[in-house]
Amino acid sequence: MTVSIQSTPFDMGAEVRRFAESVSGAGAVVTFSGLVRDDDGKLTAMEIEHYPAMTEKAVEKIRREAMDRWSLLGAVVIHRYGQLEPGEQIMMVATAARHRADAFMAAEFLMDYLKSRAPFWKKEIGPDGEKWVAARDEDEDALARW
Amino acid sequence: MIEVLYFAWLRERVGERSEMIETGAATVAELVNELRARSEAHALAFSDMTSVRVAIDQGMADMDASLAGAREVAFFPPMTGG
Repeated sequence: MTVSIQSTPFDMGAEVRRFAESVSGAGAVVTFSGLVRDDDGKLTAMEIEHYPAMTEKAVEKIRREAMDRWSLLGAVVIHRYGQLEPGEQIMMVATAARHRADAFMAAEFLMDYLKSRAPFWKKEIGPDGEKWVAARDEDEDALARW
Repeated sequence: MIEVLYFAWLRERVGERSEMIETGAATVAELVNELRARSEAHALAFSDMTSVRVAIDQGMADMDASLAGAREVAFFPPMTGG
């Protein structure tokens, strides 16, 4: 499994262990996990919508690009959709390489692209109502460095 | 016939997840103009095109992209994944 788009929670420890065991010759595994952030203590839930027919294709394209650009032994992406509670894990990436520099760079690249090129949309739900999370200019600018 | 899909606040403003459109539009921009004329809700959804993105058959495209052979056109705000 290299890309998984799912509504169910995942066990990061188990996923990373399985991934690390599946890549032979790796000297470095870098992992990142994104959580539902509650900035002012008023978040009840986060709803993540996606474009089912496109999501997996778009994410796999980004993953492929990372595999082509850096000397990686493997890369996995798990991204959830549906209703999540504050503190829950939304997504994770893991990259494996012989040396850490490739693994770190590829993980950052994956995160930058998943933020603004994977068809997900977040909505914050609180006691005062619902609000779509706006894309930030910084997120778009972050792509320029690659 | 083209299937038009809407996501996030575009879906909420239009009030539909998808609709089948009989269109002669040659480009995305022409299709948007036809959609605007369908209802006030559509016109509102497409009132600020700087925050609307489009995909043709699940691939990102520009507003001046050709619709030749297109089966599915999706409109949505800038993505907020990760």
